[in-house]
Order: sequence, then C-alpha cells, then structure tokens
Amino acid sequence: MNEQRASLPGTIAAWVVAFLMVFPILWMAITAFKTESEAIAIPPLLLFRPVLSSFAAALAQSGYLHFALNSIIVSLGSTVLAILIAFPAAYAMAFQPGRHTQDLLVWMLSTKMLPPVGVLVPIYLIFRDTGLLDTVEGLVIVDTLMNLPIVVWMLFSFFRDIPRDILEAAHMDGVGPRKQMMHLLLPLASPGIASAALLAIILSWNEAFWSINLTAAHAGTLAAYIARYSAPEGLFWAKLSAASVLAVAPILLFGCLAQRRLVRGLTVGAVK
Amino acid sequence: MMDATTLSGEAIAAGSLAPARRRLSWLMLSPAVGLLAVWAFVPLAMTLVYSFRRYNLLYPERNGFVGIRNYEYLLSDPSFWTAILNTLVLVLGVLAVTIVLGTVFSLLLNQNFPGRAAARLMVIAPFFVLPPVAALIWKNLLFDPLNGFIAWLLHLAGLPAIAWFTHVPMLALMVIVAWEWTPFATLILLTALQSLDPEQLEAARMDGAGPTNRVIYIVLPHLARPAAITIMMESIFLLSIFAEILTTTAGGPGEATTTLTYLIYIRALLNFDIGGASAAGVLAIVLANIVAFFLMRAVARNLEA
Repeated sequence: MNEQRASLPGTIAAWVVAFLMVFPILWMAITAFKTESEAIAIPPLLLFRPVLSSFAAALAQSGYLHFALNSIIVSLGSTVLAILIAFPAAYAMAFQPGRHTQDLLVWMLSTKMLPPVGVLVPIYLIFRDTGLLDTVEGLVIVDTLMNLPIVVWMLFSFFRDIPRDILEAAHMDGVGPRKQMMHLLLPLASPGIASAALLAIILSWNEAFWSINLTAAHAGTLAAYIARYSAPEGLFWAKLSAASVLAVAPILLFGCLAQRRLVRGLTVGAVK
Repeated sequence: MMDATTLSGEAIAAGSLAPARRRLSWLMLSPAVGLLAVWAFVPLAMTLVYSFRRYNLLYPERNGFVGIRNYEYLLSDPSFWTAILNTLVLVLGVLAVTIVLGTVFSLLLNQNFPGRAAARLMVIAPFFVLPPVAALIWKNLLFDPLNGFIAWLLHLAGLPAIAWFTHVPMLALMVIVAWEWTPFATLILLTALQSLDPEQLEAARMDGAGPTNRVIYIVLPHLARPAAITIMMESIFLLSIFAEILTTTAGGPGEATTTLTYLIYIRALLNFDIGGASAAGVLAIVLANIVAFFLMRAVARNLEA
C-alpha cells in the first residue's frame, strides 16, 4: 500500500519481531547439529563444529521412518480423498447453485465447529469396535472428514472466481461437458485445487489430537511419535531437535510456499 | 463474492433447471453431504446418549440409564469448574495476546522495507510447526531452568532462573500457544491491511493527518472485522488445545493446566468413565457452539455481502 520507504526505526522493529518469532525454530535447527553435551552447554554455544550424528541417532531410533511414512500416507491419502469428494460437490454448488446452496455451505462449515473432544468417546468406541483403532485407514478417514468442509469451501470459492463467460462461450461453441472440464475448468481451477490440497496436507500433517488418541505403535504419525518423546528422550536435546527438524521441515516449506492463499481457507473465505 | 441480485437471479434459474441436471447436481453433492451428515450427527447423538448412562469400561456390567446424574456429578465436581476456569484463562489470555501482537506485527510487516518478504515468512513460520514439537522445544531448549536459553538470558540480566512449568505453568503454556497462534492473527490481519485502499490513506495524509491518527482513525477500524473473524476462528481451535498440554504439563502440577479438553481426555481414556466424559463432552460442544454461532453469522453475512 504505502509505497514510501519505511523509517529506520520501523524497519528495525519489523526485523526484531521477525527474528524473535523465528528464534525457537532457528535454535532448534542449530541444536540439531550439535552433540548432546554441546546442546545443553551454558552459556549456549553459537560457534561449534556442526555434526550430523544427532540426525543419524534420530533416524536410527526404532520406528522413526515408520512414523514418518505414516504421516506421509495419512496426510496425502486424506488430502486426495477429501479433494475427490469435495470437487464434485463444490462444482455443483458453484455452477448449478440451487435455492439451498448457501444453507448447505454454511451447514458444512458448521460441522467444523464441533470440538473434537466432544466426540472423542464415541469415535474411540466406534474405532475400537470396528478394529480401526491404531490403523492408518482409520486416521485417513478422520482426517478426510475433518478437512472436507474446508476443502469444499476453498474449491467453491475458487470455482466462483472463474469467469462464467468462458464456460458459456465454450458451451455455445459446442464443446462438450467433458472437454470443458478437462481443457477449461481444470486448468483454470488448478491453482485453487493446489492451495486447497496444500492446506489439507498441512492440517492433517499437524493434526495431533486424533493421532495421539486413536493410534499407538502401528499407525502413529510423527505428531504422536514426537508427543511420546516427551518423557525419557526429552533429556536428549540434540536428538529431540534433529527429530523435530525432520518432522517440521517439509510442512514449513509447504506452508511458506502457500502462505498467501492459505488465508482464504483458514478464514473460510471471510478474509481474502 | 456474489451480490444479492445475482444470487436471486441464480435461485430463479435453478428453479427452472432441467430435472436431469438437478439430479446430476445432487449426485455430485451427495457423497460430501452424506459423509459430513454422518460425521456430524452420529457421534454427537452417541455422546448425548452416553451422557445419560452409567458406563465405565472397567465395569461394563454396571451399565444403565441414570438420567442427569452424570451432569449432577460433573457440575458439583470442583475439578470441572477448575477446568472451565483454566480453559477461559488460556483461551482469553491467548486471544488477547495474539490479537494485540498480530495487529502490531501486521502493521510493521506491511511497511515497505528491505527483506520484507523474508521477514514475513519468519513471522508466519511458527504456525506450521507441529504442536508437540513446538511444546517440546519451548519446554526443553528455551524454558528449562538449568540449561535453557531463557534461563541463560535471565542469568545475564542478573535474575534468578524460573522453573516455568512448576511455578507459572499456565503462563508457560500460554506463551507456547500464543507463539503458535500469533502468526495466524498476523497473517489474516496483514492480508486485510493489503486490501486497504491506499487512496484513502493518501487523502488523509493530504488533509494533514499524522501517521498515528491515520492508524487510529483509518487502519484500525478497517481491521475490526478481520480481527473479529480471527478471534472466532482462533477460539474454536484454542478450545481444543491438547497436544501442547499433554507434552508439557499433562494437566499439572495438580490441576493447574487441566482444561476442559484435557479433563475429558483424562476421564475418557485414562479413567474409562464413558458416561462422565460424555457429559463433559456435551458441555464442551455447547461452549463451542456459542462461539460458532457468532462465527457462522459473520460468515453467512459475508456470503451475502
């Protein structure tokens, strides 16, 4: 907006704030490259010879890769499912809206307002009785349903922004619905689909409540794994940091790539 | 967003849609609607039913309808009121901090300064950190009273170290959660700032309004609505804070950091008291619905406007 340059104090304040906010992440990353004794040194070491031994130790930890793989399967699986289910629904609501489309959208969002803990008991019992407890499939189902309203909403709001005239013109020119879909709609909507997918991946990767409560050794994700780190291994700071860096890095990257478009999804379109 | 005229126009058009197209449209909608309906209603109904039953997984044979006894127990249980109070302190405290910091940060980041894009990413980054990781990094690397970074800073300043999770557990928890959620507020308020009409500010400047007055009379009023939406979205998530508590304090010391969410987790999965936990669950849903009511109204208004 105001294109005049910021004042010097303004610039310094902004950079101080940025540094303070990122410091815990930075410190974690630095600690990950230390040895255990360097990690707990007082005064904290800034100059040291970086080593990869903590990463090796974290990766060698029983099951780390197993949990990482679970995280990848659950977040990708639930995202793909959510988009497959949400795409036709958002399409129908955006291009063939009926009298109740708006109510339907608001209702879908309202399901998101249900606090997970309010339904912890029945979900836990259903999972126990159907053998879904501690399975990747179970977690995929929960994450899909958790993210479905947001994905529908995001796709809907992106579809709405596609100019109707283009589709009308194609229709007039005798382009069939399938070709319209493949050659017009998908290319036009793909940025929207991509950002909906990114948000869904981020949310399910970072989802901790259900993965901690519904999984154990078999289907646990990194969120559940790191949460269980808290007791004994919490004492090994370098290893904890290395494991954390590996768990956080991919999502941090995704999040930074998508940050501008995420606002729309996170505020269910109320702020653009 | 659609405006009122096109909406009614579409509504009329929809009425005259060919039946085949409408059927197709319903076919496309039904998987999402059906799944969400099951997801939203079945567990909710089950929670409600369990909340009126005596049901403990340890004694499954003592099982039956007990009316509102679970609620009576809960409401006369001091732990419940402690949990409600803790929840309110955590949610309201974090909300206040994140909105104030989010406003200041977004104003700072909206300036035109060298490296602005990088600085923005640095401020947003904590939002993407896995909650248990955030909690453990703060608990150990930063808050540890012996080897933690903050203990060292306090030492440099000649101050005694603080055993954060022993003496001020709720404050420590709030710092962690506020660190995670300030980026959310900043990101949304920053996006809103960017939609502020620069000509309006320019006009105010021409009329002799200083920077402070421009912020007070133009920028802050512009942020009121996005701030309200941020508050409502955040409260939904903050009511459900769980992993941070589990990995740092496990609700303690005593019950100092046991929120309603954590209390239900203890009652259900550690004490296996299905009836009692369900009653608390119903109350948590009621609490969230009060917040959600206002949020949905704001969103619905936005759909129309």
